[in-house]
Amino acid sequence: MSRFASAFGKSVPALVCFITAGDGDTAANLDALVEAGADVIELGMPFTDPMADGPAIQSANLRSLGAGTTTADVLRYATAFRARHPNVPLVLMGYANPMVRRGPEWFAEAAAAAGVDGVICVDIPPEEDDALGPALRAKGIAAIRLATPTTDAARLPQVLAGSEGFLYYVSVAGITGKQQAQIESIEANVARIKQSSDLPVAVGFGVRTPEQAAAIAKVADGVVVGSALVEICGEYGAEAPAKLKELTAALAHAVHTARQEQAA
Amino acid sequence: MNSPNSFRNQPDDRGHFGEFGGRYVAETLMPLVLDLEREYRKAQADPAFQAEFDDLLEHYVGRPSPLYFAPRLTEELGGAQVWFKRDELNHTGAHKINNCIGQILLAIRMGKKRIIAETGAGQHGVATATVCARFGLPCVIYMGAEDVKRQSPNVFRMKLLGAEVVPVTSGGATLKDAMNEGLRDWVANVHDTFYIIGTAAGPHPYPEMVRNFQSVIGKEARAQMLDRTGRLPDLLVAAIGGGSNALGLFHPFLDDPSVKMLGVEAAGHGLDGDEHAASLLGGSPGVLHGNRTYLLQDEDGQITEGHSISAGLDYPGIGPEHAWLKESGRVDYTAVTDEEALDAFQLLCATEGIIPALEPSHAIAAVKKVAPTMSKDSIILANLCGRGDKDIFAVAERLGVEL
Repeated sequence: MSRFASAFGKSVPALVCFITAGDGDTAANLDALVEAGADVIELGMPFTDPMADGPAIQSANLRSLGAGTTTADVLRYATAFRARHPNVPLVLMGYANPMVRRGPEWFAEAAAAAGVDGVICVDIPPEEDDALGPALRAKGIAAIRLATPTTDAARLPQVLAGSEGFLYYVSVAGITGKQQAQIESIEANVARIKQSSDLPVAVGFGVRTPEQAAAIAKVADGVVVGSALVEICGEYGAEAPAKLKELTAALAHAVHTARQEQAA
Repeated sequence: MNSPNSFRNQPDDRGHFGEFGGRYVAETLMPLVLDLEREYRKAQADPAFQAEFDDLLEHYVGRPSPLYFAPRLTEELGGAQVWFKRDELNHTGAHKINNCIGQILLAIRMGKKRIIAETGAGQHGVATATVCARFGLPCVIYMGAEDVKRQSPNVFRMKLLGAEVVPVTSGGATLKDAMNEGLRDWVANVHDTFYIIGTAAGPHPYPEMVRNFQSVIGKEARAQMLDRTGRLPDLLVAAIGGGSNALGLFHPFLDDPSVKMLGVEAAGHGLDGDEHAASLLGGSPGVLHGNRTYLLQDEDGQITEGHSISAGLDYPGIGPEHAWLKESGRVDYTAVTDEEALDAFQLLCATEGIIPALEPSHAIAAVKKVAPTMSKDSIILANLCGRGDKDIFAVAERLGVEL
């Protein structure tokens, strides 16, 4: 069974945690997330021009690049993570240019060797899948797609075709870390997607608190939290792991017990 | 109809110019980009749309712009005849307005209620603010905080025209960061906002659409040259940042095999260092701002900052059609330094009584090099795509003059 299938196959929804690689002590930060209950890790590949991200993740990208993080460093973090956590799904998330710089085959090969399970590329829509998708699939890496409130019924099949691992539903039309969508809209859209696909659906963008996470966990297979964790990395530096653990534990508890409360 | 061997039938239906171009945008924007393409195709097929565009270009922008033979510059250089397409005489002082007229008509047609744009030197921002005032639409201009400082007269112009100018402090706080912020605004306001991109770059259909709106430059020039001289020019020369003025001039001539073309990038302090903005000559292919094209980038694909004395050329990418024209060999590309552009700026002031913008000063610098190598009966046509009023402060500073 793939790591995604086991992470999303549990009896409770999955908590997906994002941090930017090279922003602080990446290994310690990742360990903190896993120890506190994260089910899936998204490791952000820093990019100079993160045009889909809000201020929190923009700053994390610049801090990481300012500290000299390279693609080789990101792959080293992934390799070391895989050695320490053999069962936790690891996703690289970022923008096209750093991923295709040495050719898509090079990147797919390197990511596979590092033990990466999936890749989310923000600026490669299905229309440009050729730029990276075939290379990833050839190496057994899931090309994880995003669906958004603007992905209408006519377009959804195109997004789902070639999607693997899980589907990332972006709950708001906007950038990361900003406003949150109405739970009714999330519920309706997740239901719409699940009618057309067997993939687990994780919901992200604007999810900051355990309360928000719990509400989403009631209607989706997974909840993605990024900006709130990245802000901790920025604010606390070397002290970040303890703070990350605190928030992640609260989020994990909220996500993992959301449906029990619902049943009770 | 174009023949299969035409250089004028790009892009393909996916917006690809060979391996360049495309639609590398976030999923949230993808349905909008597709919608924009559909609406643009309908507008292209609608004679009323073209008629309104032509009417505004004539009566509001002041087209056709003159085709001017430059006698004293020609004599000074001692070779080919030098002619200029005078797009600096347009309303707002540059070619940018041609594209803005086209895009705002499309925005209105699509029922959009709010306009956003990015700007570097401020010329596209001023042109966008102008058409927004003309049509009564609210306008937000994203401009790098560094550029806001360097181009304060244009910032004031935009504000006079009713635009909100938002200084962008992320990244290097220049044009590429302003474009990032424009895309962030667009993705958050997809329902009512139209993004007027200022150059022939970005996701399909922008590169094609901007080129088509700007092609009025080359169509006029081609007819004017035939009318005045009975022949086509031997060489076209234009400066390139994103590349819209050059494509506007070149595109109508691409299938005239006798006409050579030269695109001029900004070599800044020189191509041998990092301080330049020559994406084609000093960069490599990659993906940024919605398209695959030549970029200034490091070995990991991180985008590096361009440098040019001209804020309008200071962008680390280039329109994808130029990337394709370079690889196809149809257009030659060269680069000139800040110093060479400054010399050419002064040369045109002194010989022709025209103060050019620093962007076309790069084209003039290339003309200065190539004209003496050509016979006196040959013709160079260069695009004078902007006037230099906005640049007098930057030039004064470089010449050590206190204003």
